[in-house]
Amino acid sequence: MHPASSVILFNTFSGLGFGLLFWLGMGAIVPMGSSAFIWFAIAYILAVGGLIASTFHLGHPERAIKAFSQWKTSWLSREGICAVFALIVMAIYGAGLVFFETPLALLGIIGGIASLGVVFTTSMIYAQMKTVPRWRHWTTPAMYLTLSIGGGALLSGQVLIASVLLIVGALLQVFAWMTGDTRFKASGTNMETATGLGHIGKVRAFEPPHTGTNYLMREFVHQVGRKHAEKLRIITIGLAFVLPVILLLLPFSHVLAAFAVLSHIAGVLTLRWLFFAQAEHVVGLYYGKR
Amino acid sequence: MTQLPPPSAKKLGLVIDLDTCVGCHACVVSCKGWNTENYGAPLSDQDAYGANPSGTFLNRVHSYEVQPEQGEAQLIHFPKSCLHCEDAPCVTVCPTGASYKRAEDGIVLVNESDCIGCGLCAWACPYGARELDAKEGVMKKCTLCVDRIYNENLPEEDRQPACVRTCPSGARHFGDLGDENSDVSKLVAERGGFDLMPEQGTKPVNKYLPPRPKDEMPEFDVLAPYLEPIASDGKGFVGWLDKALSAMPGGAK
Repeated sequence: MHPASSVILFNTFSGLGFGLLFWLGMGAIVPMGSSAFIWFAIAYILAVGGLIASTFHLGHPERAIKAFSQWKTSWLSREGICAVFALIVMAIYGAGLVFFETPLALLGIIGGIASLGVVFTTSMIYAQMKTVPRWRHWTTPAMYLTLSIGGGALLSGQVLIASVLLIVGALLQVFAWMTGDTRFKASGTNMETATGLGHIGKVRAFEPPHTGTNYLMREFVHQVGRKHAEKLRIITIGLAFVLPVILLLLPFSHVLAAFAVLSHIAGVLTLRWLFFAQAEHVVGLYYGKR
Repeated sequence: MTQLPPPSAKKLGLVIDLDTCVGCHACVVSCKGWNTENYGAPLSDQDAYGANPSGTFLNRVHSYEVQPEQGEAQLIHFPKSCLHCEDAPCVTVCPTGASYKRAEDGIVLVNESDCIGCGLCAWACPYGARELDAKEGVMKKCTLCVDRIYNENLPEEDRQPACVRTCPSGARHFGDLGDENSDVSKLVAERGGFDLMPEQGTKPVNKYLPPRPKDEMPEFDVLAPYLEPIASDGKGFVGWLDKALSAMPGGAK
């Protein structure tokens, strides 16, 4: 799959922002007054900034309002509704802290759960795709949720919870990669089922339908970065998980904490890039590619 | 609405004969022509006369080589467009309701004024039947020429999809695959028509007819022994010529 930068930015930063909103809503940290304003501003800049970035890949972003209508079947529609609901509820909860120094605990919990709902519905957009066997697995939502609440815990300075969640995240990601590598083959879709010609013999793409490229090849057949996948996986684990945990376990300082956050963000950006670049869509088979 | 309607009795679709398709791409051209000049946004091209031409097509013809365990390889031309699936995954993922399947005849269409161009329906389609038009920013797909098949302004013989009307080898057939007595259904039953990627669970309406078995070459030719063209024993004049030519500089040994 084509690793579109708008979608990578959205997944990374909105995930972090909603993770931070989750912990704020759950009352893990209860800042008051101007300090609350800063916390909520950070969370909203990340969450909303990511959402805005995600509209850059739309052909007609001005019609985005229509995307709230099909929640009965569409995970993208559910994600949009969940995001608006979570942002409104958390804004009210945040206003209570900033202006009245009053935590409306129940509202916070509802907003916190809705924030996780946004991350879950996002992950299901990918996990539902039967056409991309690597994504169609429980590890996809599990990874999205772990990264979001782990990153949120890291941002909100909860050393123990963040360390545990980052270690769990690293193990989960390694498991997702190892099992994901064999899932395309295991899906049973191959050139023989794609063409229905397997009963005659082995099928090979002889001539493509056109001399140039097309939308399908640009969007679904991305082979360029895969040769460095192994190295990038090691970089991902190092930056997203191992380095932040080491920095957290050192005696606390704000500089080290800031480095931990930056390292984590760089690692998650790499992880998201790999999530797309390594995902093979079955349509590539018609072109004899993956 | 992006909820799928209950399966319709009428299932309009195509039957494509891989035995007779000659790979001329006439269906590709007529499809592009009709669908650029008629229903919906035109199918744009980018850099059409430059070094990297690219464009939107609703129908493309691939060519595959199939190598049996024994015998000669076969070349099979393979036209591919929307299969108007009964369980169309492209419809249910659409967040706006732009993508829909018609309850009356099963045709899958896009309402272009509702499409936000998110591309998710193209992700969900295993067949590559949907292409986002780079100029219009909306999703394009085969309409089964819905503006031809019911069009009473056209002569009756033209009320079929442009690709079917154009095909010079009769490799494309249009009809109601929900009616088991229709010509297309009989053709599918007779020739063993099949689905593409049945394991994806999309239940395509369009069917493909397999290539017929190739004729076998006869094992011997009764005239062959009398027509042996080359003297392999190297005697007489031919033998002398062979030696003489081989002895010359650069001659074959």
